Amino acid sequence: MTRYILRRLLQVIPVFLGTTLLVYYMVFALPGDPIAALFGDKQPPQSVIDALRAQYHLDQPFLVQYGIFLKNLFTFDLGVDYTQQPIAATLARIFPVTAMLAIEALIIQAVFGVAFGLFAGLRRGKLFDSTVLVASLVVIAVPTFVLGFVFQLIFGVQLGWAKPTVGANANWETLILPAVVLGLVSFAYVLRLTRTSVIENMNADYVRTATAKGLSRPRVVMTHILRNSMIPVVTYLGANLGSLMGGAIVTEGIFNVPGVGNKLYQAVLRGEGPTVVIIVSVLVLVFVVANLLVDLLYAWLDPRIRYEK
Amino acid sequence: MKSNRQIEHFVAPVDETPLLPTDTLRVEAAPLSLWADAWRKLRRRPLFIISSVMILLIITVALFPGLFTQTPPNQNCLLANSEAGPTAGHPLGFTFQGCDVYSRIIHGTQASLSTGVLSVLCVLVIGVTFGALAGYYGGWIDAVLARLGDIFFALPILLGALVITQLPFFRENKSVWTVVLVISMLAWPQMARITRGAVIEVRHADFVTAARALGVSKFGALARHVLPNAIAPVIVLATLELGVFIVLEATLSFLGVGMPESIMSWGHDISAAQTSIRTNPMILIYPAIALSVTVLSFIMLGDAVRDALDPKSRQR
Repeated sequence: MTRYILRRLLQVIPVFLGTTLLVYYMVFALPGDPIAALFGDKQPPQSVIDALRAQYHLDQPFLVQYGIFLKNLFTFDLGVDYTQQPIAATLARIFPVTAMLAIEALIIQAVFGVAFGLFAGLRRGKLFDSTVLVASLVVIAVPTFVLGFVFQLIFGVQLGWAKPTVGANANWETLILPAVVLGLVSFAYVLRLTRTSVIENMNADYVRTATAKGLSRPRVVMTHILRNSMIPVVTYLGANLGSLMGGAIVTEGIFNVPGVGNKLYQAVLRGEGPTVVIIVSVLVLVFVVANLLVDLLYAWLDPRIRYEK
Repeated sequence: MKSNRQIEHFVAPVDETPLLPTDTLRVEAAPLSLWADAWRKLRRRPLFIISSVMILLIITVALFPGLFTQTPPNQNCLLANSEAGPTAGHPLGFTFQGCDVYSRIIHGTQASLSTGVLSVLCVLVIGVTFGALAGYYGGWIDAVLARLGDIFFALPILLGALVITQLPFFRENKSVWTVVLVISMLAWPQMARITRGAVIEVRHADFVTAARALGVSKFGALARHVLPNAIAPVIVLATLELGVFIVLEATLSFLGVGMPESIMSWGHDISAAQTSIRTNPMILIYPAIALSVTVLSFIMLGDAVRDALDPKSRQR
C-alpha cells in the first residue's frame, strides 16, 4: 500500500509540471506581446513597457520566467494582476465560492446518481429502469448553458423558488440552482455507470455466496453489490472534476456567481496573462490532487489494488 | 435469536439439465462477423431507427438549407420586427435584431454538424494512429503517449480551449477550422488511449501470431489483422464524441471564442438571445431545442451502437 501511494505521488509531479508548462508557454511565449495588448491602440512610453516587462519577468529567457513562476506559486507570492490588484487576495475571495458550488454539485450528482442508478439496476428492464435510461440520455444531450437558462427562467423567474442570479451573497442556499445545473449532466453519467455496474455485480459469484449464507437482501445490496459497484463510479467522479471546472465557467457566468470560472473567463477575454496562468495552475493542481485522492479511495474500495506489490 | 429447528437432511431440488435446441444450429452457414451481427441487432432497436431518421433529416438540413427556408438568415433583418411574434412565413418569430429565428436555426445546422464531423475525423486520424502505434510497438512511443495523455487529461477541455482560442493566431483566424483544431488538439489523447487499450488486447491473439508466422510483416499485421479487430470501441467513442463536440462548439461560440460572427451558429444565437430572456424567452428556447435534439440524436445513436458492438453489455 505504501509503495502504491508513493508511486502515485511521484506520478503527480511530471503531470503538474507538464500541464503548467504547456499553459504558461501558450500564454506567455507564443507570438503576440501580452504587454502591448494592454494598451490597445495607444503607444505607451518605452519606460512603462520596460517596467511592466521587468515586473512580470518577461525580459528573462522563457525557462527562467517559468522557474520564477513556479517558485512564486509555491511560496504563495502570486504577485499582482494588470490592474495592480494582488492575485492572492482575489483568489482567496473567489476560490471558496467555487469550492462551495463544486462540492454542492458533486454531492447532488453523487447522491442522486447512485440512488437512481441502484434502483434502476436492481429493477432492470422494468418501467422505472427504461424511463430513467431514456431520461438520462435527454439530460446528457442538453448542454449546460441551455440547462442554465431554462432553469433560471423556470425556477428563478417564473416560479420564484430561487434567486435567478447569485451576485455578491454566495452561500450554500443561493448556490443551489447553479449547483443543480452544474451537477445534472454528470448526474446522468453517474446514474448510467452505477446502473451498469450494479447489473454486472448482481450476477457475481460473491453476491450469490452472500445470499446463500442467508444475509438479508438489504445487507447484500448495500455492502456487497453497492460497495463493489462504487469502484468505477468513484473513478468517474474524480475524473469528472475537470468537466465540473469547465462547466463552472458557463454556470457561474449565467448565474453571475463571483467565482473562479467567472474570473477566469473575464481574465482570458481581457488577456490578463498572469491571472489566467495562476488560476489554471491552481485548478490543475486541485484536479491532480483530487484524482490522487480518488486513486487512494479506489485502493480502499478494491482490495485487489491494495495488495498489489 | 437462534433457531432450534433440527435439519435432518437436505436435498437441493436438482433439475435435470434440459436439452437445448442445439440441433437446430445450422453448421454449414457461415458464422456472422461482429459487424453483421451488430447490424442485425441494430436494425431492430427503436433507439437506432429513431436516431438514424433524425440524423438523416439533420444532414439534409445542413446540406440543403434552401429546401427548408427561403428567408436569408442575415439580410432583411428589420429592427421594426425586433422580438416580434410569429407571422406568415416566419413561423418562430424574430430575434432582438429583427432576424427570422426559423431561418437562423436552419442555416446554423451546417456549422454545428461540420464542426462535429470534422473534429471527429481529425481526432480519429491522430488518435488511432498514435494509439495503435503505442499499443502495438510499445517502447518509447508508448511512454511518450502515456505522459502526453496524462498532461492533457489534467487540463479540463473547456479550460484548455478557452486558453488556446485566445492565442493571437486563433483570435485572428477564427473559422470552422480553428474550432476543429482546438477540439482535436485537446480531445485526441482520449481516443489514443482507447485505441491503445483495444490494440493491446488483440496484438497477441492467435490469428495475429498466425499471420506473422505466414510471413506478414509486423506493420502489415497491425494494419490488416490487429486494427480491424480493435476498432469497435473506437467507433463507439467516435459516435458519442460527435455529440460532445457539437456541444463544445456551441459552448465556445456561446462564450464568444468559437465561430466567427459571420458564420451562423446556434451558440451565437443562444448567446444573443440572452438579452430577450425575460421578455421573450422563446427566442432562446428554439435554437436551444435545435441544438439539444441534434446532440440527442447522436448520443442515442452512440448508445445503440455501443449496445450492438459491446458483447459484454448484450449478454444479459
